[in-house]
Amino acid sequence: MQLRSQNAPGGRRAPGPKHRTPPLCNIPCVYTQALNAPAPQGAGGAAVEPAELTAAFLARVDADERIEPKDWMPQAYRDTLIRQISQHAHSEVVGMLPEGNWISRAPSLKRKAVLIAKVQDEGGHGMYLYGAAETLGISRAEMTAQLLTGAAKYSSIFNYPTPSWADVGAIGWLVDGAAIMNQIPLCRCSYGPYARAMVRICKEESFHQRQGFEIMLTLARGTAAQRQMAQQALNRWWWPALMMLGPSDAQSKHTAQSMRWKIKRFSNDEIRQHFVDVTVPQAQFLGLALPDPELRWDAASGHFHIGPIDWSEFQRVLSGHGPCNRERLEARQQAHEAGRWVREAAAAHAAKHASKEARRA
Amino acid sequence: MTQSEHDWPLYEVFIRARSGLEHKHAGSVHAADAAMALEHARDVYTRRQEGVSIWVVRSSDITASDPADAQALFEPARDKIYRHPTFYEIPEEVKNL
Repeated sequence: MQLRSQNAPGGRRAPGPKHRTPPLCNIPCVYTQALNAPAPQGAGGAAVEPAELTAAFLARVDADERIEPKDWMPQAYRDTLIRQISQHAHSEVVGMLPEGNWISRAPSLKRKAVLIAKVQDEGGHGMYLYGAAETLGISRAEMTAQLLTGAAKYSSIFNYPTPSWADVGAIGWLVDGAAIMNQIPLCRCSYGPYARAMVRICKEESFHQRQGFEIMLTLARGTAAQRQMAQQALNRWWWPALMMLGPSDAQSKHTAQSMRWKIKRFSNDEIRQHFVDVTVPQAQFLGLALPDPELRWDAASGHFHIGPIDWSEFQRVLSGHGPCNRERLEARQQAHEAGRWVREAAAAHAAKHASKEARRA
Repeated sequence: MTQSEHDWPLYEVFIRARSGLEHKHAGSVHAADAAMALEHARDVYTRRQEGVSIWVVRSSDITASDPADAQALFEPARDKIYRHPTFYEIPEEVKNL
């Protein structure tokens, strides 16, 4: 019996139909907010799942038990997780690009060392998540192909450019800040390997947000030109950061199912409101203005009220027409091609040594 | 990207956090061979001094129990409460037991 789930009885879709890739549809939350056609089951139509297995599965979820790779799970739960975790992983990997853009131009050795460490963390987070997705029976090569062909989505936020150093600060503060809001509840996700990966990620993410805020603070306390840089970066990132938390609840088709399965614990709007409530005072501390004329404190609800979000921009970026979509994908494709000879050489080296070992034995 | 591209083998990673503790499963990495798996495990799982020792083992070399067998494997222990010290009634006045 294998460690992983590929051979689990009733686990994978029956062999035959070549539609091995789970259909990509909207799991609306940060990092995994693609809006492809929803199609919960494969084109061939999935086999009917035994009611008693489904009932036992839901009872375990209700009891807050964790589901592990070899446990029986509904195919739709598996497909949803593969899609969500792989898109989350892709977001981490593509997320290295906007900030990587500033490694060679960081303003000091300290900032450069910090930025390298942060970007390396994002790569690591991608690896934890790819590993978690693989426990569900999808291969790394398949996920990589989905990213490079554009079949899989990643978070809309990474399709925005980083024209100034202050953008590095704004990303850490706002983008990582929003990600933390979303990721902390995922630490209690019903799927064990995903939850464990998120625990590891959340431990590391706090440094990302704090270093970003510190960059903003340094700029805000600097010269007039530096303050202006910080303000412009905030203007650029505020709305995209709110959008990255996913469509509003009214538009979010899959929230209810994901909450039933305890993959998701809070709705997009709940997380967004929480993010606004904690971030507005931070902006006030920086002495920067949030680019929202309708922003006000609402004493009755105990929350900050924000103006309407321009969801057409969100849709545009998701559908591939953001400022940097093409550049990001090309960068990943180029990296994959440029690394091909390394992968081949390492495989040849391993094969040579394995055959030497075999001869000696 | 070609569909024919194959992944390097998968290795499970176990890390000893401090001397005196056991190795604990941390996650997995792909690598061409065991030596590379150690290097990848170091980069992916110990960027903040999370370990003093790493084991890697090919995932395909691990034999795992089947959840369907869980009852047969683990239920028999349930009614053997006499394996726990609290099963035995000892008078209060008896000390050091």
